[in-house]
Parts: sequence; structure tokens; C-alpha cells
Amino acid sequence: MALPRIIPSLLLKERGFVKTIKYKNPQYIGDPFNTVKIFNSLEADEIMITDIEATKKGIDPDFDFLKEIASECFMPISYGGGIKNVDHIGKLIQCGIEKVSLNAAVMDRPAFLKEASNKFGTSTIIAVMDIKKNMFGSYGLYSYSKTKKPSITLVGYAKQLEELGAGELFINNVDLEGTMSGYDATIIAEIAENINIPIVVNGGAKSLIDMGNIIKRTKISGAAAGSVFVYHGRNNAVLISYPNQREIKEIFE
Amino acid sequence: MICIINYDTGNVGAVHNMLHVLGFESTLTNNPDEIEKASHLILPGVGAFDHGMKKLIDLGIIPVLEKKVLQQKTPILGICLGAQLMCKGSEEGQQAGLGWIDAKVKRFPLSVDGNKLVSPNIGWNEVIPKKPEILFNELEMPRFYFVHSYFIECENRENVLCESEHGIKFDSAFQKGCIFGVQFHPEKSHRFGKQLLKNFIMKDGAA
Repeated sequence: MALPRIIPSLLLKERGFVKTIKYKNPQYIGDPFNTVKIFNSLEADEIMITDIEATKKGIDPDFDFLKEIASECFMPISYGGGIKNVDHIGKLIQCGIEKVSLNAAVMDRPAFLKEASNKFGTSTIIAVMDIKKNMFGSYGLYSYSKTKKPSITLVGYAKQLEELGAGELFINNVDLEGTMSGYDATIIAEIAENINIPIVVNGGAKSLIDMGNIIKRTKISGAAAGSVFVYHGRNNAVLISYPNQREIKEIFE
Repeated sequence: MICIINYDTGNVGAVHNMLHVLGFESTLTNNPDEIEKASHLILPGVGAFDHGMKKLIDLGIIPVLEKKVLQQKTPILGICLGAQLMCKGSEEGQQAGLGWIDAKVKRFPLSVDGNKLVSPNIGWNEVIPKKPEILFNELEMPRFYFVHSYFIECENRENVLCESEHGIKFDSAFQKGCIFGVQFHPEKSHRFGKQLLKNFIMKDGAA
């Protein structure tokens, strides 16, 4: 089987990488070119870049900028943010981004996912589910863009994304993002039991051990994290890091 | 000149970038005259089998590719869909493949021994070399990045360079004379991919 993937999730804002807590209060982390170069030299399994403002502001992906970043990458790279149509995806692939993550546009228009997956192949398309607890403490879909959320269970929505042709499902826990308080395994396990495409989760990791545990416990394909790879020490000093293969193997033994 | 065949199927730039870092200049092309002059050919690609074959047909470059590969024995490396297109056909589509290698492309089963099998197979995987081959020179414990829902099964086991496992064993690289194919993406596999590309280009001593 493919080895589980340990993925740095990097948030882009105005051509800089930032780190947020619950997607609020962005703190500048570093220059994207340097950061990506470091992850490349540390032989990261894959990196995921998300522009946290593109969709909100209604702007297109920053193609030229992404092309330059991708030219430094001899590892898989995915991008999400502001992707609205198949032309955008085609351009991103030409920029050297081989996977795209789709979120708001698919929630608005599920047929877009099907169109994208037919045109570029399922393995190019990551479908993102942002999840958040409601005031009663149960999880539901979350939408930044204040667009209408489909009234459907999380498992139901995940299945729909799979049927529409997503090659991979990215479950992003908005409540836990940046909190370093641990992943919420229960909801992940519930979705994972019902889905046959690879699942990657994000939100809450405080350590590599956390990432290993969630993968082992819920039998998913990968875990993503931000703080684990960009902060160091008690005072969260910025330091880009990535474990070596021996360290990664150890957590799965 | 190394020619990377550009036929509108995915991330061809990454192969070009990696060769550049290795010090080899290459050109992205679908021009028959340029292909004719190539010292090495690379057929990359992601996406659907029929789409890839149709693109090769529409561009009218299959005759020049066959002349180069089958007659002149110019080394060629197929990557992912590129390797699959070199086979006889695929369960993914109706189009016949190039048929340069006696192999079929099959879909991963939905389950193995009652356990569901996640597909596509996405991620890093180790390869089990089946014979010492120049492509794997100076590669210790290599691991490569895979993204695929269909896998290659060689009919002639002599052609199998290495196997990998995703629920079942499949052929992750093959060779028949000057024809090489890899299911994984060397251009996205860090130093392992760099070394493999270098081995392919340098296999006869010089680029």
C-alpha cells in the first residue's frame, strides 16, 4: 500500500504564507519561495497551498506566482482558492500544479466537480469539506462564502463528492485549525467508513505523533497540518521543519 | 536533444524542470520534425486513456514516434499514462494502445479479501526491483510518488523491472529494449526521481 502521507498545509495571503487559528488572525510565516524550497529540500511527501482570501474576495488564482512556486517543487503540490471553472484548472496544471482542491465552487455547483473530474481525471481533483460544530455541538458543513449550504449529512455530502468524481477527500476541521489541540477522530472515522477514495484530514494537529495516530486510528491516507511544520517551541517561534523518513516510519510502527 | 512529448495531458513542465536542474536541456514539443531529431524521448501524461490516445492520433505523431522507437531504437521513457499508452489497451477505455509492449492496463479491484481497497492509489510507495537494471542504478531503498486508478500487467514477465503493491501486486516499471515505462512520477519523487531520470538519460554513457 502507499505509505501514509504527512502533508504541510500552507496558507497563502497576498503572496505570503500565514498561519491562522480557526482561520482568523493571520500571522506572517514566511516567503513562499523560501518556504517551499525548504520543504522540497527536506523531501516532504507533498505540500498543499490554499489561498485563504481568493474565494472571499472573488479573485482568480495568482497563476504567475504559483507557476514560479511550482518550479521549485520536485514533490507533489496541490492548490486551492478562487478556482471557479475548468479553464482555471487547466491553467494551474500548466503552471506545474498537479492537483487542485475545490470547495466553495462545488458547494455552489456540484456539476463543476463532475466536469472537472471528467476533463482532468479523478486523481487531479481534491474535494474539500470544511466542517464545524453548530451551536448544539454537532458537526455540519461550513461555508465561508455564506453561500447556501446543502442540507445534507456530512457522510451524505462526502458520498456525493465521491460519486461526482473527486479523487481525494480533504476533511478540514475549522473549529480545530491552528488550535494544536488534537484532531477529532470520531467524525473522521464516521466519514472514512463510508468512503472509498483516499482521505486526508486537517485541523488540530499538535505533533507528528498526533498525525500518525489519526491515520492509524481512522485508516485514512494522509494527515495535513500547519503549526506542526512552521512553529517551534513553547512560544511558537517560526521555524520550518519536516521529519525525515526514519522519524515518519517510527510513528507508524 | 531530449524531447518531452507535449500532448495536452497534464503536468509536462515538471519533467522539463527536473531535467533542467540535472543539467540536461530538453524541449516540450509535438512537432514531428523535432521529435525526429530527438536523442531521447519522454512520454509523460495524466488523465484518461482514450483522451491520451486520441491526442496522439490527432497530433499525427504516432508514425514518427514508431519510426524513432521501433526502427531507430531511440530510448523512450513513458511516465504514468504515458507508460500505459505503450501497452495494448486499457480497461479504462475503448481505444487500442500503442501496443509497443505486451501488457494490459487494468482497474484496481474494489476490495481485496473482503477489505475495501481505496482508489485511486495516491502516495509514495516503495518498489521491489525484479532485476538489476540501469534505471535503478545508485538508488538505495527508492520510493516514488504514485497517482493512478489503473495498473499495468505485463504478459511477458521478462519485461518487468519492478513491482509495487496496492492491495494487489502490480508492475510499476517495465522495459523492452529501448522502451521504458514507469507507473510512478519521477518528476515528483525528489532525489529518487532525479536519479532515475539521470540513469535513463545517461544509460548509454552520454546524453
